Amino acid sequence: MGKNMTGKTLYDKIWDAHLVSQREDGTALIYIDRHLIHEVTSPQAFEGLRIAGRRPWRAGANLAVPDHNIPTTKEERSQGLAGIKDPVSKIQVKTLDENCIEFNIFELKMNDLRQGIVHVVGPEQGATLPGMTIVCGDSHTSTHGALGALANGIGTSEVEHVLATQCLMQKKMKNMLVRVDGTLSVGVTAKDVVLAIIGEIGTAGGTGYTIEFAGESIQSLSIEGRMTVCNMAIEAGARAGLIAVDEKTLKYIKGRPFAPAGELWDRAANAWRELVSDTDASFDRTVELNGADIEPQVTWGTSPEMVASVNGSIPDPLAETDTIKRGNIEQALNYMGLNGGTPIKDIKLDCVFIGSCTNSRIEDLREAAQVVEGKQVADSVELAMVVPGSGLVKQQAEAEGLHKIFLSAGLEWREPGCSMCLAMNADQLGEGKHCASTSNRNFEGRQGFGGRTHLVSPAMAAAAAIYGHFVDIREINI
Amino acid sequence: MRKFTKEKGVVLPLDRANVDTDFIIPKQFLKSIKRSGFGVNLFDEHRYLDKGEPDVDNSNRPINKDFVLNLPRYKGSRVLLARDNFGCGSSREHAPWALDDYGFRVVIAPSYADIFFNNCFKNGLLPIVLNRDTVDQLFMEVEANEGYQLEIDLNTQKIIKPDDSHLEFSVDAFRKHCLLNGLDDIGLTLEDADAIKSFEANWQAQSPWYFSETETR
Repeated sequence: MGKNMTGKTLYDKIWDAHLVSQREDGTALIYIDRHLIHEVTSPQAFEGLRIAGRRPWRAGANLAVPDHNIPTTKEERSQGLAGIKDPVSKIQVKTLDENCIEFNIFELKMNDLRQGIVHVVGPEQGATLPGMTIVCGDSHTSTHGALGALANGIGTSEVEHVLATQCLMQKKMKNMLVRVDGTLSVGVTAKDVVLAIIGEIGTAGGTGYTIEFAGESIQSLSIEGRMTVCNMAIEAGARAGLIAVDEKTLKYIKGRPFAPAGELWDRAANAWRELVSDTDASFDRTVELNGADIEPQVTWGTSPEMVASVNGSIPDPLAETDTIKRGNIEQALNYMGLNGGTPIKDIKLDCVFIGSCTNSRIEDLREAAQVVEGKQVADSVELAMVVPGSGLVKQQAEAEGLHKIFLSAGLEWREPGCSMCLAMNADQLGEGKHCASTSNRNFEGRQGFGGRTHLVSPAMAAAAAIYGHFVDIREINI
Repeated sequence: MRKFTKEKGVVLPLDRANVDTDFIIPKQFLKSIKRSGFGVNLFDEHRYLDKGEPDVDNSNRPINKDFVLNLPRYKGSRVLLARDNFGCGSSREHAPWALDDYGFRVVIAPSYADIFFNNCFKNGLLPIVLNRDTVDQLFMEVEANEGYQLEIDLNTQKIIKPDDSHLEFSVDAFRKHCLLNGLDDIGLTLEDADAIKSFEANWQAQSPWYFSETETR
């Protein structure tokens, strides 16, 4: 069968449209439409430009925002840069400000209302548009694929490369289709869907692929939910996740600051409607799940693939026949201080974190607020915090009164930033403490030295805050 | 970039799958605005018994004597032998910087996460993929023979074992060329500046909505 006989996937279409040149071995030069920058992975790239005497190829394609090191308490934030107590963090944020001035790059500074987590800010500002190629020195750049953009994380050398040339050298990935059909049960969210997918294909299942998520369950998700799914494509090993453009996508984008308007909007919208995989497109691998079977998910180990239904139990390592896998489970349980066979609902929590580029958008906060409204955080929970993804999300939440619901239930209401997802700022999980977290990684030490992370949806995290242990969100009265 | 032609050195076996980049270099060290100095904090949470902080003297910290990196027989290792999905997680290039700064020049594993794999080549570090059985065999040989060394010849794409037998590995032709010659990617790409300019002009004419420049807002 000739290759030209089959249609194109969404990934093929965006790749082809951005191909500047290609070498015989397949190494291609790909044009980058949008480059997002934060303070952690950019200083060495700017330094490289300075040493080589180079300027950005197209300064206006860049958008910078500090997020990883930013303090989230009102008191610290109100003092600006001076409020960052850690001197090393302060230098990093200050360095971003200085580099953006020197290289004429647009930056939403720490206390700009529009500041927030880079992957919340991009779509919110309309800086993320369908059909774009988007990169950022951050693995969760896959988030932007929810709007039909080809987006992936890069290292610092590539940050410098894209600044200097507006291009990247890449080899094309293979195409994977993950189809989730069926109707999700009430209380089952985008987070549960993506955790179930990772549980199915494993953390390296998507290595070498771009994953397109499709099917009824995916289409039924809001744009915020789709971002949650694409955000964690990288946790399945795929650098980029994609979801086809539909009317929901267009509705989400229209009117945002960097989105086209007027006649240009109509032309763009028409072009964007073509951003779907052709019906006869072929994928190198297809995985199918039934959305109706997915239950609320909870991770019990130190890799996102170590996940179970809330009604399940932690696996018994002795039942695992593969010796390497058994070793991994034993290592994880040892770190987590848990035993094989324990029901997930028996896991007790010391801390609850609602936030991160996975789950800090307005819809996530609404879901969490609905669960805690009129209730109280369990006495055994030492810290429960809500960290909105951006200043605009925070403003919207406050307009809806969500902050009052959180505060009267005993949760802390913080300023926007990455916070305890990776704990580069002062928000760190204590040694040996169990945290129900809406973030994306349960790696050893990720949320703090010796901290023990359980990844869940916002509603599940909120319920865990109230009960002090995991509960099935579908079984409690909201 | 530093050229890579041949490397020979002691092999350190890290017998653990899914080693993530948080494991390789924890987040607190990412606050540095430099590219160097990460070697002393490579595998920090496993190598030391306490919590590490940037800009402190590491020489007085309590050492985890059981961690493989601290075993005297692996002192001065240059080749890291690892398991599946090495380098998963965060895109931090601080991970290859830390490996390189410690003294590693080669990683051998059955598979890698894509971003980490790519980042290695940008720093003169060679990540080699060998099949699982061969990696298993190497783990056994390394553990059975103190001072076990491998020599890696990029040009011939061979790994020479202590008994003079060899293993072959594959590497992308263009990446090999860049490593052997220590080529700077940006310089290479800018040789195509005219092609980029012409692409950009066409793309802007076709899809002007992607050229809403941020600097004007």
